Amino acid sequence: MARSIKKGPYVAAHLETKVLAINEGKTKRGVIKTWSRRSTITPDFVGHTFAVHNGNKFIPVYVTEFMVGHKLGEFAPTRNFKGHSSKKVG
Amino acid sequence: MARIAGVDLPKNKRGEIGLTYIYGIGPATAKYILDKAGIDVNKKVHTWNDDELNAIRNIITNEFKVEGQLRSEVQMSIKRLLDIACYRGLRHRKGLPVRGQRTKTNSRTRKGKRKTVAGKKKATKK
Repeated sequence: MARSIKKGPYVAAHLETKVLAINEGKTKRGVIKTWSRRSTITPDFVGHTFAVHNGNKFIPVYVTEFMVGHKLGEFAPTRNFKGHSSKKVG
Repeated sequence: MARIAGVDLPKNKRGEIGLTYIYGIGPATAKYILDKAGIDVNKKVHTWNDDELNAIRNIITNEFKVEGQLRSEVQMSIKRLLDIACYRGLRHRKGLPVRGQRTKTNSRTRKGKRKTVAGKKKATKK
């Protein structure tokens, strides 16, 4: 079921403060490391680079305006399927 | 011959059904259109007169996206998902189900016909 509109999009508070601080020029621009895959990308996020954790390592995600409304986790795949081994199982 | 939105409608079907031959119009929309145009849903397509046809055409062009326009919109939405490389885009790219269905079995619509893998042992019952 989709999230109620009344609540507005979910963004982890710590992430939002970091992004806003950069936007207001209080802190330097840089890659923002985050584990918060469940955070929605808001228009404030556009142009930032996030290092989104995928359970193993951090995947760099450069946010464009088309990504607004998606979640950060959608851009850092957690499974990395390279295909089955060609070796015959004995 | 009734021709709406570049599609020839079947002559001998009821209006309600005939309109669904247009891409983007299903049973619900077809009924809505006919109600709004004041045409009986049971009236066959070939018995529509020019006034009725025009009324239907007007409603469709003003309120609905159909055929080519709709197809391209769908394609654009998918292309957007592909371009931003989100999870749904990756699933489209791989030709696998997009909405979290299981893929251990089934999902043949997306995956296409079965491709047998050589050398895979069949499970033996003990």
